Amino acid sequence: MQRHLISAADLTRDDAVLILDTAEEMARVADRPIKKLPTLRGRTVVNLFFEDSTRTRISFEAAEKRLSADVINFTAKGSSVSKGESLKDTAQTLEAMGVDAVVIRHGASGAPYRLANSGWIDAAVINAGDGTHQHPTQALLDAFTMRRRLVGRDAGLGQDLAGRRITLVGDILHSRVARSNVDLLHTLGAEVTLVAPPTLVPVGVETWPCEVSYDLDSTLAKSDAVMLLRVQRERMNAAFFPTEREYSRRYGLDGDRMARMPEHAIVMHPGPMVRGMEITAGVADSDRCTAIEQVANGVSIRMAVLYLLLGGNEPAVTHTRTTEEK
Amino acid sequence: MSKILIRGAKVLGGEPQDVLIDGQTIAEVGVGLSDEGAEVVEAAGKVLLPGLVDLHTHLREPGREDSETVLTGTRAAASGGYTAVFAMANTFPVADTAGVVEQVYRLGREHGYCDVQPIGAVTVGLEGRKLAELGAMYESAAGVTVFSDDGKCVDDAVIMRRALEYVKAFGGVVAQHAQEPRLTEGAQMNEGVVSAELGLGGWPAVAEESIIARDVLLAEHVGSRVHICHLSTAGSVEIVRWAKSRGIDVTAEVTPHHLLLTDELVRSYNPVYKVNPPLRTERDVLALREALADGTIDIVATDHAPHPHEDKDCEWAAAAMGMVGLETALSVVQETMVDTGLLDWAGVADRMSVKPAGIGRARGHGRPVSAGEPANLTLVDTAYRGPVEPAGFASRSRNTPYEGRELPGRVTHTWLRGKATLVDGKLT
Amino acid sequence: MDTQQNPQDEPQASDARPVLEGPDIARVLTRIAHEIVERAKGADDVVLLGIPTRGVFLAQRLAAKLAEITDRKIPVGSLDITMYRDDLRMHPPRALARTEIPGDGIDGRLVVLVDDVLFSGRTIRAALDALNDIGRPRAVQLAVLVDRGHRELPIRADYVGKNLPTSLRETVKVQLAEEDGRDTVLLGAKQTARGARQ
Repeated sequence: MQRHLISAADLTRDDAVLILDTAEEMARVADRPIKKLPTLRGRTVVNLFFEDSTRTRISFEAAEKRLSADVINFTAKGSSVSKGESLKDTAQTLEAMGVDAVVIRHGASGAPYRLANSGWIDAAVINAGDGTHQHPTQALLDAFTMRRRLVGRDAGLGQDLAGRRITLVGDILHSRVARSNVDLLHTLGAEVTLVAPPTLVPVGVETWPCEVSYDLDSTLAKSDAVMLLRVQRERMNAAFFPTEREYSRRYGLDGDRMARMPEHAIVMHPGPMVRGMEITAGVADSDRCTAIEQVANGVSIRMAVLYLLLGGNEPAVTHTRTTEEK
Repeated sequence: MSKILIRGAKVLGGEPQDVLIDGQTIAEVGVGLSDEGAEVVEAAGKVLLPGLVDLHTHLREPGREDSETVLTGTRAAASGGYTAVFAMANTFPVADTAGVVEQVYRLGREHGYCDVQPIGAVTVGLEGRKLAELGAMYESAAGVTVFSDDGKCVDDAVIMRRALEYVKAFGGVVAQHAQEPRLTEGAQMNEGVVSAELGLGGWPAVAEESIIARDVLLAEHVGSRVHICHLSTAGSVEIVRWAKSRGIDVTAEVTPHHLLLTDELVRSYNPVYKVNPPLRTERDVLALREALADGTIDIVATDHAPHPHEDKDCEWAAAAMGMVGLETALSVVQETMVDTGLLDWAGVADRMSVKPAGIGRARGHGRPVSAGEPANLTLVDTAYRGPVEPAGFASRSRNTPYEGRELPGRVTHTWLRGKATLVDGKLT
Repeated sequence: MDTQQNPQDEPQASDARPVLEGPDIARVLTRIAHEIVERAKGADDVVLLGIPTRGVFLAQRLAAKLAEITDRKIPVGSLDITMYRDDLRMHPPRALARTEIPGDGIDGRLVVLVDDVLFSGRTIRAALDALNDIGRPRAVQLAVLVDRGHRELPIRADYVGKNLPTSLRETVKVQLAEEDGRDTVLLGAKQTARGARQ
């Protein structure tokens, strides 16, 4: 049995619902005068960040501290890594200090998988985003946000997202958020549509459990949630699209487009937002946009994942696809 | 030198015969030869082939002796049944002058495990801008006739055209590493279903195919011959097939790993499967096997690419590209081509000895197993089957994708001009 | 995924015998309600907190009886102690239950914790820790349906439905209509040698 969370694709429907339900209880801790639980007392978690991501690191750190874990933060900048130390050496050095879990963010796709499966270390590995591969806790917090908004906070307990229509818009090709969301939303029974210019859709997408459209306007009216993915301006220079203006005209969400969404439908964004590119300021600041809520929910989800992976003598999350091929 | 009698070997997989080596040459081939005065090698059930020739080896010396040297590389070659290897030019310094190629050539001769024929760089420093002194390398003691910037593609169409033209003067050939550089910026693995899922930068088949298409047309236009290194896609096969049907003088190689492995293995993120060109799909693998069988692809070449452990014991993106191959090539070919019925042993001799020697103009190699020929021979126990154990490799590096995998066939003896370099599976 | 609580304590129907039946349970809850009113001098500031799962139903029933007696609505809630257990490292993580603190909170109130079975006392120890993170009650008392003995901590109940002397080889299982479809307390023989219910 694995003790890691590497990919959203590894989660079964029941695993995912358990994490969401657990997060719902964790969220209630935030409403109490003492926002702390003793559950991970004596456990040490290292946040191993090879890529800058203050918001994800802070979210994990808050979750770890609320569960009373001892937290070590390691960022590659200015460390021995920048002097050429390998991922393996770094991880082994940290484990020698008695680490129970490694939360890793890395620019190379598959780095967390390697860390978990290469026999370098024994600690549990939680993927906090690897290259353009996966970002499973982001997908979980997105699903959590959708379930709260579309099904209900209490009504959602024990429920999945069966039949909900979710549209992801933007740079699918370079997005670990998109990959994780497609996997998890499919597992939870949602119907996913990806919308992007053809240049930003990966070759091979046809095997993904989702629809692909190049036309945002035709999908808006049949979406319960529209999630916008960040589009980096640099992509323009690599000819993925002609200009920022053309991108936002064809794929950006503005007030007019939002008005064509069903009344109950929400607008989501994993952040950081590029206002004026994929989303207008008016939409970003509207009460249909859950971007801030997603951040808050991130802490609850990460508490749930940490508790379910580290809270007992073995993890409560079963994995369906984890063995390394030889 | 004494006489050696190889008794009862199936020459090229045919009926059992005896082969008598006298000194550096094959003295006699027949049934019931006298063993008088000869050391006898009992070879009943084994297959005797002409010594294998590898047109694509990285020996790393000079410059990266931590991963391989001419000595360790040629010992690995002898272990794998090879009597001649062509050493690629991407060393440090680059083999772009007569001095460097002569050094590598001499080291091979001195060690005596396997003839080393250096390949010269097409352009200075493999930089793709200025032709290297191809003529000087040809005229050197090494007598270079194969030129390649392997590891990099000669992507400038004009430079490629000039190189193809220039080597006509001395019957040389340009071996192209077909990889359109702009289409493969940041590429990590074959672009397709698996790369989409794994989030690894895609390496499209078209990046290889577009260069091959351009180069066969250039070769036709200037009336030169061109060799395609490590062809890896079904589309490339189609282009080469078309070019040959037009009478273009093109030859092509395939590596053992592209005959066996697919990009599904990359799901493990284990960099031992990271190679250039990348592992492709099952469809490509089957097309490559078929093309090797029907002659569209002329030869098997290993692209033996040793790397130290630390360059593979890391995350995928940081890992070096390449696999060692000399010591497993024949087994993989038996597994994928012979045991599948696509090729007989005479065919293997053709694709792994005769044709590569012909393309590279390796004198004395790839010759028939008959009286009067140089005694470059390889004896194979084809009935053997067992797991690949990298710990036993003669190569300095262990970056094999086959660790623990069961493969058929084992080279038991190799003779280089009558001298045994491998006896009962042990290097001499 | 192990979401069951102590499955090893499920007694076999064949060898389990009832020691309390529906009417007995109703009777002892009525008695406990009266005791609470008496000891808390009218139960003005009482807050009932049931410990999931079955303690919550018992707390709700007690609240109803207290309301009958006092003619006032008695605040009732639930207190999940999972995250405060001292044996978390001995089992896979358990699914969390709901903690629901009544609107006016517990500060300065008399909190009566309600559980079905009092055994080692460790659950109650965890409950006291959990309470500590939620507020500062005036006092905390404990009501249990069954006290089966074998305490491992210096904890006792203020209100006991039935004292049930047991051996460690026996199991006590409370079934309540809300969860199990009927009211009964079963005494059975343990199936395995694994750890006892706390």
